Amino acid sequence: MATATIDSPDTHAADGHDEHHTSTGISNTKLAMWAFLGSECLLFGGLISTYLLYKTRRGPGPDNTTIPTDIFDIPFTSVSSFVLLMSSLTMVLALSALTRGDNQATRAWLLSTAMLGGVFIGGQVYEFTSFLREGVGFTHNPASSAFFTLTGFHGVHVSLGILMLMSLYVASKQGKLTPKHTETVEIVGLYWHFVDVVWIFIFTVIYLIPVE
Amino acid sequence: MAITEEPLALTSGEATTVERPLGALTRPKGGNGWRDWLSTVDHKKIGIMYGVAAMFFFVVGGIEALLIRLQLAAPDGQILSAEVYNQVFTMHGVTMVFLFIMPLAAAFANYLIPLQIGARDVAFPRLNALSFWVWISGAIFLNTSWIVGGGGADCGWFCYSPNSGLAFSPSNGVDFYVIGLQIAGIASLVSAANLIVTVLNMRAPGMTLFRMPVLTWMLLVTQFLLLFALPVITVALFLLMFDRLFDAQFFNPETGGDPLLWQHLFWIFGHPEVYIIILPSFGIISEIIPTFSRKPIFGYSFMVFSGIAIGFMGWGVWAHHMFVSGIGPFSVAAFSLSTMFIAVPTGVKILNWLATMWGGKLRFTTAMLFAVGTVAMFTIGGLSGVTHALAPADTQQTDTYYIVAHFHYVIFGGGVLGLMGGLYFWWPKVFGHCLNEFWGKVHFWVILIGFNLTFGPMHVVGLQGMSRRIDTYAAGYGFEFWNLVATIGSFIIALGVLIFFFNVWKSRRDAVNLPAPGPDPWDARSLEWMVPSPSPEHNFDAIPVVESEDEWWHRKYGYDENKRVVRIATVEEAAQDGSATGVHLPAPSFWPLVLALGLPLIGYGLIFNLWLAVVGGALTGLAIYSWALEPVDDPDADHGHGHDDHHDDDDGGGDDHAADDSEPVTAGAEGGE
Repeated sequence: MATATIDSPDTHAADGHDEHHTSTGISNTKLAMWAFLGSECLLFGGLISTYLLYKTRRGPGPDNTTIPTDIFDIPFTSVSSFVLLMSSLTMVLALSALTRGDNQATRAWLLSTAMLGGVFIGGQVYEFTSFLREGVGFTHNPASSAFFTLTGFHGVHVSLGILMLMSLYVASKQGKLTPKHTETVEIVGLYWHFVDVVWIFIFTVIYLIPVE
Repeated sequence: MAITEEPLALTSGEATTVERPLGALTRPKGGNGWRDWLSTVDHKKIGIMYGVAAMFFFVVGGIEALLIRLQLAAPDGQILSAEVYNQVFTMHGVTMVFLFIMPLAAAFANYLIPLQIGARDVAFPRLNALSFWVWISGAIFLNTSWIVGGGGADCGWFCYSPNSGLAFSPSNGVDFYVIGLQIAGIASLVSAANLIVTVLNMRAPGMTLFRMPVLTWMLLVTQFLLLFALPVITVALFLLMFDRLFDAQFFNPETGGDPLLWQHLFWIFGHPEVYIIILPSFGIISEIIPTFSRKPIFGYSFMVFSGIAIGFMGWGVWAHHMFVSGIGPFSVAAFSLSTMFIAVPTGVKILNWLATMWGGKLRFTTAMLFAVGTVAMFTIGGLSGVTHALAPADTQQTDTYYIVAHFHYVIFGGGVLGLMGGLYFWWPKVFGHCLNEFWGKVHFWVILIGFNLTFGPMHVVGLQGMSRRIDTYAAGYGFEFWNLVATIGSFIIALGVLIFFFNVWKSRRDAVNLPAPGPDPWDARSLEWMVPSPSPEHNFDAIPVVESEDEWWHRKYGYDENKRVVRIATVEEAAQDGSATGVHLPAPSFWPLVLALGLPLIGYGLIFNLWLAVVGGALTGLAIYSWALEPVDDPDADHGHGHDDHHDDDDGGGDDHAADDSEPVTAGAEGGE
């Protein structure tokens, strides 16, 4: 047997907090975000299944028989969906600007991503209130409960994304967001794109597949 | 064999890998007082806290179990009213599943995964602390319903709707169940992501996936199950919460709601949950049995792949809990088949354990007794499980004590016995002294006898038709004798648990007069036995370079020219002495605790007064932002130091750089090949 001797820990680089070696080559934070998004798939899977089961469940009547698909406005939501999808583009542009070290452009694209998300949320609030005006609230019947829960959960996800984007914006404003942090922006971007992709499914399920 | 020159820096991978902190808040320094436990991010301390808290809730759930058995000891039991009985059996199940077995498995996962893969900590130490604090705040929240919620939840641990609705369960107990489990679920989800990243990303050089110990593999599969199962029950719990607190219409059949939706969502979570409970125990005995058989695990890759197979197939059997719910003959047939199939990888495991013992040099220590007991008891539970994979038989057995007998053989016999064995096995590693073997064996036999006396008779009364969840039964159905036996058995289990606590106390008291167990008291096989007992805060002096499965064993043993196993190094030569200083460790933080305090406030707020929820939400938000802005380390402690940025939490301020360049670290560098 052999016993080797090494010098005590002086081998690690001066900036010990920089990119650490990982077994997979993917950084810990990014891998954790992927794991989290995998989990989120099942969350939205459960909510979408619930909606699919309940989408035509009108109440026993007489004044709770309206379901969301009776009164929704497809063109309106199509526009707000388009707005949300475009925010994925601006998110990519923000990341690319930060990689180039262009802080001004980074902030501009971060802000526009957040604003596009905000427009989407505004559209959702408008839709919810118009439903309420028609008397179709959260407690109206199983279909409306499922509709508000599914779109509401998605809306909360978008709102949290906006909060993250604005935090990045403020950090950049304070000069704390440098090209070293591209991965932070990339990870927020992963979340943002995921929320967009989920909306494609939700939009299809609720608005595009006709209800008999 | 080459010794590593890996940097000793902890590859902690905190939220952002910034060089300069984004904020300017300082982080608490380590110490040894209570503050240190509240702010620690050390995976070993967190593991110990999980273990202690889990044992506390084991006692709570055990007392609830004894109340149930007292009530049923004789016909027409009068000890509990029907209402209280419902609450007690519900909280017994919830406590044992979510507050005992899962956190005890989490204790092993936290303590052992980094040590077994050759890492210094988990990938996200602060998130790890968060998991513990969130879990315990959820656990306490759940149990406060006894005091402020008008009693515990009374809907059974799976809380079927519409029983769980306001009409049949008007107290706040179910609200506490719903929110408490959501809080505990957040903890498990965070922990799952954290440990998955740890296993995938933080392995020592040479520690390929298929050199990992079986325990680490089984825990990895468990974390994936948690990652994907928890969001499903989260959906179910949200729907129920919306129904109860905000008048949504999900589970009210009168307005078109569908109670069956709850059953599907619950069991899509609930069946993987069974494997979440059992796989850690399988992993533990897969470490114990080879060690005390002096043989490598038989069919390592089969062992790993059968665990993975169980993980996948566990998703395709949930409706066997619903054979009598009217899901239709096609579904019943399909789920009946898939349930029989899942017995195959489980059987593979049992055969491999037996083959590992076959021809081995067996040493029946307490840990080994528990491991063998696990195999035997789980086999009984597995076989009765196959009997209700047959849908026609299951139709007769559903909701009888036969089912109660089955799942206790699986969960207590398969899960808890294995975890107990793990306690005896790793106790010296964690606390630096072994548990007393004599009292350990007494503990084992008392538990084993009590267990079989309690749950064996339930097969009989179940097949005679005794329903579960009834608060009492009339004389004359032939239930009396076996129920009395079961009650006596349950008190024998309680005696066994007391013997365990006595053993803990006695072993600790006696330890001062006994020689220290050293790094490797059992002549074991995996990397955690390479470091001193108790394991030093920095785990490894130098990160080992792994060259084979059972790495630690191969550092001690080689082969002579006749291919016979020969000792090539003593433990002292091969082990590390834990003397490294100046190892960079993650700094402690109070924010995980603060964040965790906000969540139960939100819970109380949702139930009683929304303003409280606002306060809780504000506290949580404050904690999240303070956390994000918290520097990765105390900037004054290391940055700007000309040489490097190490500091050692153990040593505090002054001397932490002293040993940086000077003291050589000796690391056992031994290869069997």
